[in-house]
Amino acid sequence: MTTSRSDVTVESVVRRVVARHRGERGALLPVLHAVQAELGHVPQEAVPVLAEELNLSRADVHGVVTFYHDFRREPAGRTTVRICRAEACQALGADQLVSYARESGLPLGETAADGSVTVEQVFCLGNCALGPSVEANGRLYGRVGPARLGSILNGTVSS
Amino acid sequence: MNNPSHSTATVYVPRDSAARSVGADEVAQALQHAGGRGDFALDVVRNGSRGMLWLEPLVEVVTPQGRVGYGPVAPEDVDGLLAAGMLDGADHPLRLGIVDELPWLARQNRVTFARVGVTDPLSAEDYEAHGGLAGLRAALELAPADVVAEVTASGLRGRGGAGFPAGIKWKTVLDCADELKFVCCNADEGDSGTFADRMVMEGDPFMLIEGMTIAAHAVGASEGYLYIRSEYPDAVATMRRAIGVAREHGWLGKGILGSALDFDLHVRVGAGAYICGEETSMLESLEGKRGMVRAKPPIPAIEGLFGRPTVVNNVLTLATVPVVMAKGAQAYERLGVERSRGTQVFQLGGNIAHGGIVETAFGITLRELIEEYGGGTHSGRPVRTAQVGGPLGAYLPESMFDLPMDYEAFAAAGAMVGHGGVVVFDDSVDMAAQARFAMEFCAEESCGKCTPCRVGAVRGVEVIDRIVAGTHRDENLALLEDLCDLMTEGSLCAMGGLTPLPVRSALTHFPDDFLGGRRLLEIHPVQATEGTA
Repeated sequence: MTTSRSDVTVESVVRRVVARHRGERGALLPVLHAVQAELGHVPQEAVPVLAEELNLSRADVHGVVTFYHDFRREPAGRTTVRICRAEACQALGADQLVSYARESGLPLGETAADGSVTVEQVFCLGNCALGPSVEANGRLYGRVGPARLGSILNGTVSS
Repeated sequence: MNNPSHSTATVYVPRDSAARSVGADEVAQALQHAGGRGDFALDVVRNGSRGMLWLEPLVEVVTPQGRVGYGPVAPEDVDGLLAAGMLDGADHPLRLGIVDELPWLARQNRVTFARVGVTDPLSAEDYEAHGGLAGLRAALELAPADVVAEVTASGLRGRGGAGFPAGIKWKTVLDCADELKFVCCNADEGDSGTFADRMVMEGDPFMLIEGMTIAAHAVGASEGYLYIRSEYPDAVATMRRAIGVAREHGWLGKGILGSALDFDLHVRVGAGAYICGEETSMLESLEGKRGMVRAKPPIPAIEGLFGRPTVVNNVLTLATVPVVMAKGAQAYERLGVERSRGTQVFQLGGNIAHGGIVETAFGITLRELIEEYGGGTHSGRPVRTAQVGGPLGAYLPESMFDLPMDYEAFAAAGAMVGHGGVVVFDDSVDMAAQARFAMEFCAEESCGKCTPCRVGAVRGVEVIDRIVAGTHRDENLALLEDLCDLMTEGSLCAMGGLTPLPVRSALTHFPDDFLGGRRLLEIHPVQATEGTA
């Protein structure tokens, strides 16, 4: 890994990511996923670089970044907890989980003041027979009641 | 304490993400730990899930009598199970018997799901030993047009929801003269209550690769894309690994299985947009654009990905092709009823005691699915409604549960089978709230191209709120009807076009919930069993 500061600018990350995906057809989505994986979000400064590298207009790139729920314009907390609010989980009380998070000071879309956790909603994690379901940093939890959500939010669930 | 048989036992613990969501990894670790201590001789194999999800984590032990199941197993149960002689299939309160003989499974007709939960999903040897590649080998013996004819004769219809005959779509692509054609698998399974695609990708990924390769041979395509939603990270990882294994074995790449077929396959990950499950939005997304719906014509079969002829099929459709080719069109066509041929993979979810995968021939009733397979609600309260076919499907009252599951019968009743997802609700459900949610979801996930969908859904939420509040109720009910008509008639795709289905069905079958005539039950939170992880 490089240690020079100039190598970790948004521009250098974007150019390096694009180089890795050169040759893929219609590569903008995989490139955006990779940029977000490295930087934690897709910063505004990335847009003109992406436009130049991929021969697209800035408006095109901006349009894509803002269309998809996954791409963040701002960094999230260290852990992202997503509560499924689709019908199958609603049928088992998903809204109680949302209320519980809100009462714990974490309304949907908000990040805790200490930057530890961001709570979001998601529509279907494909765990519809074992709901309510919650995902935390890529890990899926089934049959989640308020107590278990509390443990997940506190990071006390054993991995 | 030693394993009395002194041989190494094979123990299966699913790696399916639903099983992992309730502790399968911890159970596997506890078993491996016991093996590592030298107390017991065992090998842990991570299989897919059998689809009896209320029994997960379901541990299976290979015995001379067959695979004996124990479940649901918590990590703290492991030592006791081993001490009781689980490795020899011994009795224990969690012992379920021979898994293949469990009535829930034995009554099904597993065609597409035959291997899911049985094999190690990433073992090429296991795949071939259980009939894998027989379909591709049979297809490669035939001319492309003959493969298309076989798929057409099987009656296989798209399993994504619309039910368009697969063979007819393929013939259109075959008949195009272009040098470059694509096969795209739509694995953006975003509908609540559906998880069969995910289970196929995590539990039998080679089957999907094989199906896509057969499609490539049939239509003359050289490249394939598998568009998987980002909410399924385990499916993405499994498919990527499986594609790597397939390349190593010459199942993908140049000269597949020694034939003249060249075909390679790429995984693309979505970015959290429900609309990308719609085929033209998915193509836009694959091209690196906003996932906005295209007007048809031109149909994707003629002008699809990057303007080229493209086969777009759902996971289950493509995953069913190998068995059609291996066993023959007639064997498949013999299953089912009327114009709904073969099997459907029903997915039981929501408030249900025994949720999971039920693969049977078409024609089974909703009541059989919910009561006989599903065992009623998880909460133990009476079933009030089931939503069939995803968030755009109708809410059906119990009085309609005897409707047979086939595309035409459901359409005639103002509902849709869709992809076979069944979400059950108990009597604590507020149907006005569910109707409002349908509009809210459409407003949230609309791609924005059509005004009836983009604006209509926002207005729909407001109108339902006014009806529930009792404000100018008759006028607002008429307005809602009008709005539903407009959305149905004026939207390009199913998002805006079908959102009125759950709304209208809720209003038709459960009017009291909107009109304040029904005293809402005091809603008790469902005390879901907390998992073990």
